[in-house]
Amino acid sequence: MAVVVWIVEGTWPACVDAARAHAPEDAEIVLLHVTPTEVPGAAHGAFAGLLGRGHPERDPGNRVESLATASGERLLRSAGARLGRPGTRVERTGRVEREVVAAAEHADLLVLARDGDRTHLGPHSLGPASRFVVDHAPCPVLLVWPEPSPGLATLPPPPTA
Amino acid sequence: MRGITRTRPVGPVRSPSEEHAAGWDKVCRVSQAAYRSSPAPEGPALNTPLAEALSVALLALVLACAVVRPFGWSEAVVAVPAAGLVLLTGAVSPADALAEAERLGPVVGFLAAVLVLAQLCDDEGLFRACGAWMARRAAGRPRRLLTQVFLAASAITAVLSLDATVVLLTPVVFATAARLGVRPKPHVYACTHLSNTASLLLPVSNLTNLLAFTVSGLTFTRFAALMALPWLAAIAVEYLVFRRFFATDLDAGADTPPTTEAPEPPLFALVTVGCTLVGFAVSSAIGVDPAWIACAGALVLAVRALIRRRVTPAGLLRSASVPFLAFVLALGIVVRAVVDNGLDDALGQVIPAGDSLPVLLALAALAALLANLINNLPAVLVLLPLTVPSGPGAVLAVLLGVNIGPNLTYAGSLATLLWRRIVHSHDTEVNLREFTRLGVYTVPLGLGAAVTALWASLAVVGGG
Repeated sequence: MAVVVWIVEGTWPACVDAARAHAPEDAEIVLLHVTPTEVPGAAHGAFAGLLGRGHPERDPGNRVESLATASGERLLRSAGARLGRPGTRVERTGRVEREVVAAAEHADLLVLARDGDRTHLGPHSLGPASRFVVDHAPCPVLLVWPEPSPGLATLPPPPTA
Repeated sequence: MRGITRTRPVGPVRSPSEEHAAGWDKVCRVSQAAYRSSPAPEGPALNTPLAEALSVALLALVLACAVVRPFGWSEAVVAVPAAGLVLLTGAVSPADALAEAERLGPVVGFLAAVLVLAQLCDDEGLFRACGAWMARRAAGRPRRLLTQVFLAASAITAVLSLDATVVLLTPVVFATAARLGVRPKPHVYACTHLSNTASLLLPVSNLTNLLAFTVSGLTFTRFAALMALPWLAAIAVEYLVFRRFFATDLDAGADTPPTTEAPEPPLFALVTVGCTLVGFAVSSAIGVDPAWIACAGALVLAVRALIRRRVTPAGLLRSASVPFLAFVLALGIVVRAVVDNGLDDALGQVIPAGDSLPVLLALAALAALLANLINNLPAVLVLLPLTVPSGPGAVLAVLLGVNIGPNLTYAGSLATLLWRRIVHSHDTEVNLREFTRLGVYTVPLGLGAAVTALWASLAVVGGG
């Protein structure tokens, strides 16, 4: 059984914990982090907007790219340490939601965290990227809360009429 | 027509009763003098349509090469010969070119000083300290980090120019977000947006401001006083939109507990920059060109860095970006040829005159549109001579448009965007739809708020 755990800044510890709790002993666990291209891309674009500055070596996008790679690796190392059992670390670069779906192609389970609005439970409970992944995932999905899940008391009253 | 001195103001002629401040008339005449064509020398010269066609073609070539940078050439490699060509063919007279160079010279010197100042502040560790300060104040909370990024980027853009925010602050902000385990996107996007939006406050904040400042007839302090409210309004709009637009990323939290180590501020750099700012205000009061103050500030940090062997003279020269300065001068002369040979008559018809709120809004919208088509630098060069006769209110409205407008298109303009799409056609460099959606939320709202604030400031502070 192959389990892909999607590691995202801010919400990943809950996903690693869920993999530890729910993946069988013999499961092959893949820790996946995707570095979005649009963050260095925005820096590249802002520099391109400065007409006539020359000095392409000063393009901040290049620096952000290398920082992003280092940051992704650090995150995966932390996730590996928290997992505490053998696992594969996979780093991808591109459109986050599409890369995650592609990486889950041959998986038997994809673990990801709710990352939307946590104060108003409802249709916005998933951010745009997570929404896309949930909609297009090619395998079963385990959706976990990044913090202890809310009790039944948070249920809204049933609609009257 | 060549050979005729242009004294006619562009746009409808204002009646004396429209002059809103005593003494304004004099300033206006002085400013207009900067743009008045001198009589052409006797002898054969290109006729106007041909001269206009040549100038437009050369401007297109200069801008295309600045965007494409063929063979990795510096932008000046094409721009300087193009300026020579408009001069040789008589599309712009030597006297006009000289006047343009005299007008742009101090601007370019000012710009060089600010570029060097920002680079030396980086060498002193100002931006690293800024990152440490943001991390500490954010206390592991993404929304607080966004506030810190807004404060830092607004201050740095205003004082050390947008180049400093784009080139020097953006990587620091990314590194800070990564260290805190915070999703970096809102914070990096805030840097790119604020490098435009927060560049309204001071003449030094943006090259466009420097260009406008020299012809507006305003003092340094009056410029800042008029732009303070628009600056705050535009930043406030960005802040509110960002908090909603990136709610998911900001709610995701952080991994790392906040650091407690106190950053050590680079006092010398901070004090020098502070004194430079005070110097700007004082210099404008006693009639000294603020460019000298910027040079003095850069010189103080440069001498210290040279003594400590942190920088070489060649490194200093590199941070002054000499080819860029040559590019600005050459671009100014080519644009002058385009404007003088017929664009002023053509655009003069559509550019409204006056400083009522609807006129200011129209001017800002037109400037934003033009900036998004090509780039804000040629846009402001084209629009300035046509709006100077309407007074500083109109000039500042144009600035609001060309400074805030570029946030609408990733990479600042449609031309650059198209070129980058062609080059990067096989990969998805940026989620264009998301970036543009953010621009659609912030630009019209921010522009509307800023222009209204400018209109109010003009009423309170007065433009004269």
